[in-house]
Amino acid sequence: MPLSDPAAAPEPLRDARARHWRRTRTLTAALLGVWFVVGFVVTWFARDLDFPFFGWPFSFWVAAQGGMVAFVVLLAIYARRMARLDRELADAAGAPR
Amino acid sequence: MSIRTQTFAPARSRRLPRGAAFSRRLHWIYLAFGLAFLLFVGVMALLEHLGLPRRWIGFLFLVGPIVFYAGIGILSRTTDPAEYYVAGRRVPALYNGMATGADWMSAASFIGMAGTLYLSGYGGLAYILGWTGGFCLVALLIAPYLRKFGGYTIPDFLAARYDGNLTRVIGVVAAIACSFLYVVAQIYGVGLITSRITGVEFEVGVFLGLGGILVCSFLGGMRAVTWTQVAQYIVLLVAYVVPVAWLSFNQHASVVPQATYGYQLRKVIASEKKIQADPAEQQVIAIFKARAAEFDARLVDIPAALAVERRTAAGRIAELKAANAPQGDIQAAERVLARVPRDAQEARDAWTRARDADLERAKPLAGMPPHAQQFAGDPHGDAAARKAFDDSRHNFIALVFCLMVGTASLPHVLTRFYTTPSVAETRRSVTWSLLFIVLLYLTAPALAVLVKVEVFDSLVGTRFDQLPAWINNWAHVDSSLLQVADVNGDGILQLGEIKIGGDIVVLATPEIAGLPYVISGLVAAGGLAAALSTADGLLLTIANALSHDLWFSIVDPDASATRRVTVSKVLLLMVALGAAYVTAQKPGDILLLVSAAFSIAASAFFPALVLGVFWRRANRWGAAAGMVSGLLLTLYYVLVNQPGVRETFGITRPIQLWGGIQPIAAGLFGVPVGFAVLVAVSLLTPPPSRAALAMVDDIRLP
Repeated sequence: MPLSDPAAAPEPLRDARARHWRRTRTLTAALLGVWFVVGFVVTWFARDLDFPFFGWPFSFWVAAQGGMVAFVVLLAIYARRMARLDRELADAAGAPR
Repeated sequence: MSIRTQTFAPARSRRLPRGAAFSRRLHWIYLAFGLAFLLFVGVMALLEHLGLPRRWIGFLFLVGPIVFYAGIGILSRTTDPAEYYVAGRRVPALYNGMATGADWMSAASFIGMAGTLYLSGYGGLAYILGWTGGFCLVALLIAPYLRKFGGYTIPDFLAARYDGNLTRVIGVVAAIACSFLYVVAQIYGVGLITSRITGVEFEVGVFLGLGGILVCSFLGGMRAVTWTQVAQYIVLLVAYVVPVAWLSFNQHASVVPQATYGYQLRKVIASEKKIQADPAEQQVIAIFKARAAEFDARLVDIPAALAVERRTAAGRIAELKAANAPQGDIQAAERVLARVPRDAQEARDAWTRARDADLERAKPLAGMPPHAQQFAGDPHGDAAARKAFDDSRHNFIALVFCLMVGTASLPHVLTRFYTTPSVAETRRSVTWSLLFIVLLYLTAPALAVLVKVEVFDSLVGTRFDQLPAWINNWAHVDSSLLQVADVNGDGILQLGEIKIGGDIVVLATPEIAGLPYVISGLVAAGGLAAALSTADGLLLTIANALSHDLWFSIVDPDASATRRVTVSKVLLLMVALGAAYVTAQKPGDILLLVSAAFSIAASAFFPALVLGVFWRRANRWGAAAGMVSGLLLTLYYVLVNQPGVRETFGITRPIQLWGGIQPIAAGLFGVPVGFAVLVAVSLLTPPPSRAALAMVDDIRLP
């Protein structure tokens, strides 16, 4: 496994890499925020979010269906966005790594 | 089968198909496999129609798929380390998703989950939320970085990131601890299904199942396990979804109950109100309360009550003998005398247990909470109701947390993400995995509600002489799964008179829906696929931790590649036999231990894995201290508070729950402590080496 020493990379590439990592962290934090709201905040207030929703009580539906669907969508978004960030980094590096 | 030979050719072959061509070929192979499986089910249905005995159909359903899996396993045999440990890193995202789905969904997901949801309603949804939400953590925080690192095992990553073998050894211990508990439960499931369907002894079933597991993983390691897991995923999904869709169609003319069971849930809520108001149900409850009170009375003065009981039993024998009663009656009376507790201690235990069991059955709705009610108790009620509400809410959240973090820390799941061709592919692969898992997890809550409608609306209120056949069949097979007795003697079945074990919900669904026996066989094949696929992944993880991480990385780093694989195989065999031996002893409380495995994995691995990527300053001493302290705290909490474990280890000090949190969610304490200790110790010790820092920078790049 070759370990590239980042300090040895030319300046623009180093910037591009730093930007890539910053954006990765921002995206990760944002998606974790959604994950937290769906998984914990809605659950915490489950008793209060009891209004009917297509036949289910809302919080029951979230725990039994909506939450899972949200998680899948969230991961699909992550995979797509990260693929784009990777492409941008590859473009900045000039050549395929 | 002939095309498979080419597809699974060794990696060294130059003409190996790559990328899109490889995926296309896989599509054809698994399409063919799916069709062959459906054909197999069709042939079985035909044979049943022609009058083949059920026993044979069940047997063929167990053996047929195993022969399939064995075929894949043999074709995928390998001695190449990259193939053996990580399937050559060329598993496309979609197929790695299926394999992860099968790897992840165990006997507990397949058989147990719908039952848990049936018995605990909203409370059971903690498993659904936790076990799916955990994959968000896998994708966002761990899997892509592991793939970029590109090792063989999780301890590999820990050793590279944290400068040396200290963290590797701790990782090996934790990986083996949680995986071994887990694999025992899988083999237990295999034994149970095999013995129930074919009627062989449980112990024989265990070793038959072991054969099924070994043919998959022994010859081909991760490569064979990957391609059998994909096949097993197809089997288990079909086996789960088909009977539920059929039941749903019979019940409310919808083949997608996942989208329509909200209506059935409303029915359940209405029936719950009706049942609670029913005087006959209240009569049953009163009878159980009276029985419990009788035990309470005995517990006041145990020696006296014991003497009375012994005198009565002895008197009965004397009476029978004096009347020259038949030998059988006398023997029965002698057995009653023999069952009288021997001393006061035994009597206290037995009667307390009996009283608690009666009190359990004296609860409204047979002890089940109203299905859609979020948490127990009442936030606006009296002090007791408020406390019950808070406890229930806190435990729900804590369990969701532990299951999520545990999912993101189980070594056998994480290793699967080493096997994809690239980092981007790994990210897509986690999405696929979750999608494939969700297909089944959307169905389980629907199944629980459908079965509840069946029980509440059709079964309750039936006359005892007109009960459907499946009740007697299952009550006969295993009384822990189903018991019915006319407690109040009115000749009509009340809900309080049924005692149900969770596992029956999935196992009996085909019969409840009135489907042919062939569907029962299909369900058994699905349960077996779920248990086998998980057991494969776990055994491989344990054996690789021992061989790759302990033996080669520490004891004998100069071993040749072939020798490594051979030693791994021998260790795999030994671990498998060890696990089967432990299983054959039928250790109690397995499922509780498995749940604890999540907390153990979470507190041992999660902080070190996540901070290893996201915090450059995390160092060797911090990671080691964090892993050990998290692990020890979790073990301690489980050890002193989990009733089954307490008994095994003879722990007598009183149970002390922190903030009312149940031991199943021990990770709620272990994980934060692990994080805190890791950070504190890292800051107090020198920063990590240049090599470790370079590795962090490297894995952060795509």
